[in-house]
Amino acid sequence: MVKPTRVSNRIRAHRESAGMTQADLARTVGVTRQTLIAIEQEKYSPTLELAFQIARAFGVGLDDLFQYPEQ
Amino acid sequence: MVYEERNAWAGLIVSPITMLVYVVLVFQQAAGGPLTDVDWFPLMLWVIGGSIVAVIILSIAWGIIAGGKDAGGIGQADIRDRDISRLGGRVEQAFVVIAGLGVIALCAIGADVFWIANTMFAGFWVAATVGSVARVIAYRRGLV
Repeated sequence: MVKPTRVSNRIRAHRESAGMTQADLARTVGVTRQTLIAIEQEKYSPTLELAFQIARAFGVGLDDLFQYPEQ
Repeated sequence: MVYEERNAWAGLIVSPITMLVYVVLVFQQAAGGPLTDVDWFPLMLWVIGGSIVAVIILSIAWGIIAGGKDAGGIGQADIRDRDISRLGGRVEQAFVVIAGLGVIALCAIGADVFWIANTMFAGFWVAATVGSVARVIAYRRGLV
């Protein structure tokens, strides 16, 4: 069983409030829709570069989009 | 399902079939006699060639069918595909190394060339199969 990532995200909430579909956002940041789904479901941790691209697509900072729990 | 995942599945479907065909052909040619008398080289070449062609055909056919449903994903590979491919590659490498050590051991004891070649062939097959399994699991369950 793969351990779930500890990095959580609010991509779905931001995407829905921006009125974007998964396909729209995937196209904007240059990944497949399946990769975006995996990121939203926290089954794949995006690279730092991709995380910045997603944050930029919403015009928010990384901290608004991704959370990492305190120890 | 993305292009690279379809390829992993295609490999996973084709490789057991081709290995089974190879084993059956080798035993058929041996006809109860010693396996070392089998002319294994042309058989191996045909099976390797056939499996490559079968994977390509399956992948293209699957791509055409999938393309009708999700045209955006055809032939695309992204950073996640590359990460998963690297994971599969690492898994494969471990098994190729084991097969290589087996070949060295067989050479050291002066084994027949049939066993040396087929140990390496089996090693490649196991590596490819386990690598494909690792890729498919990563696609299905996630890679974090």
